[in-house]
Amino acid sequence: MTSQMFKTLLIANRGEIACRVMRTSKRLGLNTVAVYSDADRDAFHVATADAAYRLGPAPAAESYLRIDRIIAAAKASGADAIHPGYGFLSENAGFAEAVAAAGMTFIGPPASAIRAMGLKDAAKTLMQKAGVPVVPGYHGDKQDAAALAKEAAKIGYPVLIKARAGGGGKGMRRVDRPEDFKTALEGAQREAQASFGDAHVLIERYVAKPRHIEVQVFADTHGNVIHLGERDCSLQRRHQKVIEEAPAPGMTPELRASVGDIAVRAAKAISYVGAGTIEFIADTSQGLRTDAIYFMEMNTRLQVEHPVTEAITGLDLVEWQLRVAAGEPLPLTQAQVQLDGHAFEARIYAEDPARGFLPSPGTLAFLALPDGIARVDTGVRQGDTVSPFYDPLIAKVIVHGETRAAALGKMASALDGCRIAGPVTNVPFLQALVNHAGFQQGDVDTGLIERDLQMLTSQAVPPREVVAIAAIAALRLTHPPAGPDPWSTLTDWRHWDPARRTAHLEFNGARFDLSLTGAGKSAYEVADATGTLAATLLDGNAGGEERIAFGDRIISATPVEHDGKLTIHTGGRTYVFGLPDRTSSDDAEEDDAVSDRVMSPMPGLVKVVHARRGARVTRGQPLVVIEAMKMEYTMTAPRDGKIADVAVSLGDNVQSGALLLALEPEHAPGPGG
Amino acid sequence: MSVLKPSIPTRGETFDANKAAHEKALAEVRAAADAAFDGGGKVAQERHVGRNKLLPRERVARLLDPGSPFLEVGTFAAHGMYGGDCPCAGLITGVGRVSGHEVMVVCNDATVKGGTYYPMTAKKHLRAQEIAEQNRLPCVYLVDSGGANLPNQDEVFADRDHFGRVFFNQANMSAKGIAQIAVVMGACTAGGAYVPAMSDEAIIVKNQGTIYLAGPPLVKAATGEIVTAEDLGGGDVHTRLSGVADHLARDDAHALALARRAIANLNRVKRVDIQMQPVEEPLYDPEELLGIVPAGLKTPYDIREVIARIVDGSRFDEFKARYATTLVCGFAHIHGVPVGIIANNGVLFSESALKGAHFVELCSQRSIPLVFLQNITGFMVGRQYEAGGIAKDGAKLVTAVATSQVPKITVIVGGSFGAGNYGMCGRAYSPRFLWTWPNSRIAVMGGEQAAGVLASVKRAGIERGGKTWSPNDEAAFKQGVVDQFETQGHPLYASARLWDDGIIDPRKTRDVIGLSLSASLNAPIPETRFGVFRM
Repeated sequence: MTSQMFKTLLIANRGEIACRVMRTSKRLGLNTVAVYSDADRDAFHVATADAAYRLGPAPAAESYLRIDRIIAAAKASGADAIHPGYGFLSENAGFAEAVAAAGMTFIGPPASAIRAMGLKDAAKTLMQKAGVPVVPGYHGDKQDAAALAKEAAKIGYPVLIKARAGGGGKGMRRVDRPEDFKTALEGAQREAQASFGDAHVLIERYVAKPRHIEVQVFADTHGNVIHLGERDCSLQRRHQKVIEEAPAPGMTPELRASVGDIAVRAAKAISYVGAGTIEFIADTSQGLRTDAIYFMEMNTRLQVEHPVTEAITGLDLVEWQLRVAAGEPLPLTQAQVQLDGHAFEARIYAEDPARGFLPSPGTLAFLALPDGIARVDTGVRQGDTVSPFYDPLIAKVIVHGETRAAALGKMASALDGCRIAGPVTNVPFLQALVNHAGFQQGDVDTGLIERDLQMLTSQAVPPREVVAIAAIAALRLTHPPAGPDPWSTLTDWRHWDPARRTAHLEFNGARFDLSLTGAGKSAYEVADATGTLAATLLDGNAGGEERIAFGDRIISATPVEHDGKLTIHTGGRTYVFGLPDRTSSDDAEEDDAVSDRVMSPMPGLVKVVHARRGARVTRGQPLVVIEAMKMEYTMTAPRDGKIADVAVSLGDNVQSGALLLALEPEHAPGPGG
Repeated sequence: MSVLKPSIPTRGETFDANKAAHEKALAEVRAAADAAFDGGGKVAQERHVGRNKLLPRERVARLLDPGSPFLEVGTFAAHGMYGGDCPCAGLITGVGRVSGHEVMVVCNDATVKGGTYYPMTAKKHLRAQEIAEQNRLPCVYLVDSGGANLPNQDEVFADRDHFGRVFFNQANMSAKGIAQIAVVMGACTAGGAYVPAMSDEAIIVKNQGTIYLAGPPLVKAATGEIVTAEDLGGGDVHTRLSGVADHLARDDAHALALARRAIANLNRVKRVDIQMQPVEEPLYDPEELLGIVPAGLKTPYDIREVIARIVDGSRFDEFKARYATTLVCGFAHIHGVPVGIIANNGVLFSESALKGAHFVELCSQRSIPLVFLQNITGFMVGRQYEAGGIAKDGAKLVTAVATSQVPKITVIVGGSFGAGNYGMCGRAYSPRFLWTWPNSRIAVMGGEQAAGVLASVKRAGIERGGKTWSPNDEAAFKQGVVDQFETQGHPLYASARLWDDGIIDPRKTRDVIGLSLSASLNAPIPETRFGVFRM
């Protein structure tokens, strides 16, 4: 048993993957040790672990990337193995070596394999030598037009001419016919020279309708290497995977055997051990074909999307990792691996699709994730904060069905069951994606999302009933006080005139003004711009779900008020309303002196301090720069004046609203005269 | 407890006729209420809103907790008075919940003659303060008033119960620990300036609220100084320099939020020191009251029919049921609060008064609040009864009612005539709240009796002069008196003059009593010391 091999496992990671590794570890009887940064002291993964050790301040470079601190924590906790999770130090050969040097087992491949795959170009060459197909191309020194045209013909059209020093599409040309090559080459070279001062180009086969297909491999220390089938991760945005699935649509057993064999060969070429993923790019302009799948790179760790493989194989890959690390042989042979049905994974992020997918950290005022229909891997609970310091992943939702269509149907239901308030999430985007006709037919490629981005990120307009519910919730009529006192039970009671209230809501820049008139116990006439709706509050369901009757129709909805906003979840949709009344009537005092003070607009890190105490500044002069969410915010002087106090210094972590500096009051009494 | 079993049929011609008559009376009252709620009318309201101010009823609504009841007091004040210039007396008053506490809200309506104080405005303001003081309810004044109404200054300024009493009350309530919170949302001129100044805590809206003893025109006239209203007494001046107000608000909504915060910080607990019970709805639908209660006051009916439709579970444990049956006394619960009910079921005899006095003693001994249901033509008259000492027995009841310290709530459900009004805890006996039904009538005696008395006096005078009085002339004279009594005995006439706290829909009686009782329980129930009972 593994439990006899390892007693205590330290997970050098955070969030959902730390929780996921701990889940298997606990099932196998291991003690689990968490590590945490200052931002994560109260995080779920810390609460879940048997023991936890602090690494350092919130920034990853000072905590989760500190090898020395992690090794020290492992020693202090008596851990005999370390699981790196994904990201952070998971593909850091130095870390693997440091773990081994400390006498502990690294749950991952040998450092040599990590190194071999760490340098992407060298890895490609290595694979090419092992007979693994890579995208055909010419990367040589010949740069004259005739020689390059000859290479292009050898590669086969269409080809892509790329600037060696290139980036951002500059100096790049796609060429479909040999007769166009010369003109395109000249253009590319000219542009490359102008943009990068280097006209050197290389030529590659143009991969049309590319799909991202990857193969999960597993190797043990006894020389066994098998694959566990493939995953399709073509739904990407800026190289970030969004929805992954297994198997890949259109994959045949023959094709699978072929790419699986290539993947196994690749792993063997570097004497791989443990879980790894070989990523391929497939040209699918003529469908999925063996001769159009090319090696891209190998990830020498557990992937974020490993649960879809688990779903169709019925295996626990973390368990396999632990067994292999403990020296056990692989539990199955290639022939014993059975693939069953179809699985999808969707990644739920705290990010705002309407604002270019900008991260939206914040406190999870409400969190209800689908139950039963899907596997949910998460590292947060309601009330936790999605930190600006790390990847804003809230949860992974994994579904499994007999067929692709059945699984996709479950994914749609599971996403409808995600009720999250606080951070803005990409759930509506994922829902739109699940409803995308091309995706539903399995007609995917890595360009799908960018092509249809507008359609996928358009925001639903709330129906009248939802606005009415929002108005009732905004007026906080959903939770009458408890108790037998008539002042509590006779809600909205009036003698002659029914209780009237007005509610003001904002949605996506549009303003809604509604008036509510009491119409008996917990009943309201809600008047909007188009007419009147009769709404009656019924007894709610568990978990904060209200039931509101509109005539014969009963709507369930979960309203959550947070941060001066109101989030309504209903019918699988999420609507976030602004509450202009709340922001103008919050009970903070009016403070005219606010213009004397400069506050931090967001939680973040003080990057630059220009301000000096006593210095005279002019309005608009930059004083402090705050880095938050990978953005820099320059705080300027609100008016001309003299700096009375600088409250922060370089490297400080500041909260939203924290005082950065203060100016001397404008009408400060002078020394007389 | 015993469950009442009403016997009046709840369908049929009589039921329908009664219902129709009550609905007609209700419609008249509702129209008066609508006029009160309209305040200064559309034009004045639009001007008010145009200044970025919330309408007074919206201010009250936003001050209150979500879903809070509002037990409005004095809705019909000044109805039909001052040529209809002063709907609702230009002032909204009532009890509502703010930050979990029952408070008295007093809100000027600047759309009614600039919120100036007519005589009825002052009376209404004082009545609201009286309720607050008796029941220990914190006061929130939403101030927006130009001060005394100058054309009526002789009836507003100088007397004991005029405008000055407002500040006397503020000082004395504050002394008793009854919080006084003012929100200055408009003008607070002259005497009005003392409302915030006399408050424990005051909030003022920036660029909108003003507090000064004399406004810019008067300052200019007096000293020649030219100054804007804002510079003279605006929010900035008073929160930064003068300290007359404590908190500066951005706008009305913000000011109300600050007022809610102030109430939340009172550190106040409502200690209800009586045995509450789980609430039960009556077994008999209060909706039936309109058809059950006869349209005319002359038709007798069993008051238990009303009680059955007011009390929890229609349960009523009657006291001395077999004795003095014209006064029904007994124990019940209304919205879970134990009450002793004293209700008329005919004219008061000596023994009725004795029974009532006995029952008041019981309830006082046990700290049980009293509910009076008035439908009384008066004490029995005649030689036999005078000789039997009905006056001293009536005095016993009046003494008991006057000196009992338990909360008393009176509802006039029918007639309220003569000394019956006194014995049954009329306005002069300071019940915590007094409500009336639309079908009720109130007067020193019935119009026909008064006409008879006055006609016989007049006839005697005419005949002393040797003249005769034709039956036609006498009939006309009598009709005049009857008409006068009908007008002045009408509940709208009474309520306009604040002889009561408001006319209520009979079907809401149970809720009104429940809210009134619960509000009254904010004050501890003191021990009663009765006066000398004449034996």
